[in-house]
Amino acid sequence: MIEAVGLTKRYGAKTAVYNLSFQVRPGAVTGFLGPNGSGKSTTMRMILGLDNPSAGHVTIGGFPYRRLPNAPRQVGALLDAKAVHGGRSARNHLLSLAQLSGIPARRVDEVLGVVGLQDVARKRSKGFSLGMGQRLGIAAALLGDPQVLLFDEPVNGLDPEGILWVRNLMKALAAEGRTVFVSSHLMSEMALTADHLIVIGRGQLLADQSVKDFISHNSADFARVRTPETEPQQREKLTAALTEAGGQVLPEQDGALRVTGLPLPRISDLAHSADVRLWELSPHQASLEEAYMRMTQGAVDYRSTVDQKAGLQQQLPPGAVPPPQMPVAGQGQPGWYPPLPPQQGGQPFAMPQSGPYGAPPAPGAGAPGPYGAPAAPGATDANPYAQAPAAAPAPASAPAPAPAAAPESAPTPAPAADLTKPEDAR
Amino acid sequence: MSTPQPPMPQQAAAAPDWQVAPGTSYTSPIPVTRTHLGHALNSEWTKIKSVRSTMWTLGTFLVLVIGIGFLVAAQTTGEDFRETPFTVPAFIGLLLGQLCMVTLGVLVVSSEYGTGMIRTTFTASPQRHRVLAAKLIIFFAVAFTVSACAIGLVGLFTSSLHSGDASPSWGGTVFMGALYVSLLGTLSLAVGSMLRHSAGAITTMLGVVLLPSILPAFLMLSDTLRTIGEKMQEYAPISSLAAVFRVGPDDSTGAAQLGLLAGVAAAAVVAAFVLLERRDV
Repeated sequence: MIEAVGLTKRYGAKTAVYNLSFQVRPGAVTGFLGPNGSGKSTTMRMILGLDNPSAGHVTIGGFPYRRLPNAPRQVGALLDAKAVHGGRSARNHLLSLAQLSGIPARRVDEVLGVVGLQDVARKRSKGFSLGMGQRLGIAAALLGDPQVLLFDEPVNGLDPEGILWVRNLMKALAAEGRTVFVSSHLMSEMALTADHLIVIGRGQLLADQSVKDFISHNSADFARVRTPETEPQQREKLTAALTEAGGQVLPEQDGALRVTGLPLPRISDLAHSADVRLWELSPHQASLEEAYMRMTQGAVDYRSTVDQKAGLQQQLPPGAVPPPQMPVAGQGQPGWYPPLPPQQGGQPFAMPQSGPYGAPPAPGAGAPGPYGAPAAPGATDANPYAQAPAAAPAPASAPAPAPAAAPESAPTPAPAADLTKPEDAR
Repeated sequence: MSTPQPPMPQQAAAAPDWQVAPGTSYTSPIPVTRTHLGHALNSEWTKIKSVRSTMWTLGTFLVLVIGIGFLVAAQTTGEDFRETPFTVPAFIGLLLGQLCMVTLGVLVVSSEYGTGMIRTTFTASPQRHRVLAAKLIIFFAVAFTVSACAIGLVGLFTSSLHSGDASPSWGGTVFMGALYVSLLGTLSLAVGSMLRHSAGAITTMLGVVLLPSILPAFLMLSDTLRTIGEKMQEYAPISSLAAVFRVGPDDSTGAAQLGLLAGVAAAAVVAAFVLLERRDV
């Protein structure tokens, strides 16, 4: 059991972790999530007594780490795969750690077998790949057969087989009644491994709940409803009927409607009683990844921008229009995680309406208007350079991005928005 | 420091609907022993002998001291050792060899900081003072043994070359010479622990070894600083080592110089311990 109370760490003027309180319980895999630089590793180091907190405290089984009489027998940790002396062989590295806590030497060979490094045990760890380094770090964590295990990004650099192995190892360790605390920025990985989630952003707690609750609180499940394109008045009629019944209706760019707050049969009934024909009525479930991105979008420190390549371009003669560029999926996205993009290529019917140039709308191009989404480069304008600079609104000022942000259904985006306030006031 | 931030209400650890029944937590079948300094000594012994830098620095030290010692000894005659002990040929090699001990002393601790190994070590033993103490003991034992053997070997070789001639007893110079070099290495270890950076610590120690021999030349130019310069020259590592081997300008036995070095090393070790407990890793 790990218990943090009001944990705070400041490095000069920068606050890496602020007032973090949480508990990690035995018998479950607890995922520790956050964007890069959100304070995950700092928190891990404070748990292990490597860094002293500026305020607050953290205990393991009731003791501060540095008071534990034989720490490796109670807590095993993988902090950093490369935290080894590269000139020492894997076996000697583990042997020196085993001797430090009075663990018999035969245990070293046991854990080398567990992580599958027995064949390279006598090789210097300098030549190890990142995945082998991770395995060595996991072996060091398992050495003391501890009750509490901490892993910082354990699957970094592992091959798919290794990832599966780590996943099963975590679950097996938790099933034995151990406390397993795993940090990651890979939500998809955590969705498969963790039972419980602690999410931080900019050093503060964003969520502390089970994976199931996390998804249902933060995901944006919705129904996509499509009325006949040829009769716009039907669409308005349906919108009115659905809103009256308590649903939220948001139009999508291609004319479909995104409905939240109403079950599918009810939507169908409402459409029927409003005498509206439906061309599509389909459920859409958000993944854990999307729920996570939506929650942390206000707390991301490092964000990529569109590569303008302005310095590499030749000056165009006046009046000339640069050739339109194909947008690249995932690049130059607006500052916030976009609402679920219209399903490209997955449309069940051939819709007459399409993008302005006869091409389907660019991926990631949200509809303007209610979503507040800037158009993606190339989606509406032939000149991406004229468009791109304006296409990066401040994340905090962006309107509520998704149906999930509707006030009654999701309380969680509010703390994310609040997060920016102390930063701005500084 | 940032302006005080408004207290943010944390989402309390709410709704633990997944609580585990008490008593299910895991206990290891391997018996838990209470750790002590002996464990740390074992571990540090494994560490120091399992890296190549130890073999390289100690190997170079032995080659310098014994190699140069034998070469010098072969050029001497029995007449040369009327006043001086048979270990003097080792002195020439030690002038260079002491830099190997400085390097090894620094590397014993700073290589752990350089590679990140220190985080693993201090996670495995949060009693940081115990780790540093074990490092100091193991390093001192290794350094003293190796240098005493090297100096003794040179002394034996020289005395066997000039077996008929009388010479002052040289057992004391073996002990004091080895002690001097080991204390210099211990000081380096403490400096390495404080600076946490191999190159920085080695450069600092080079300054400590060489500057007191260079600076007096400039200090002597001024009348007011002349006495400082003379003292500095007397206690500079190179002339201290010369005094230990009785080849100094006067009849100094090197005891005062050894005392000063021991004091400086002790102060550095204390500072290293204090900083070690306070700083983040």
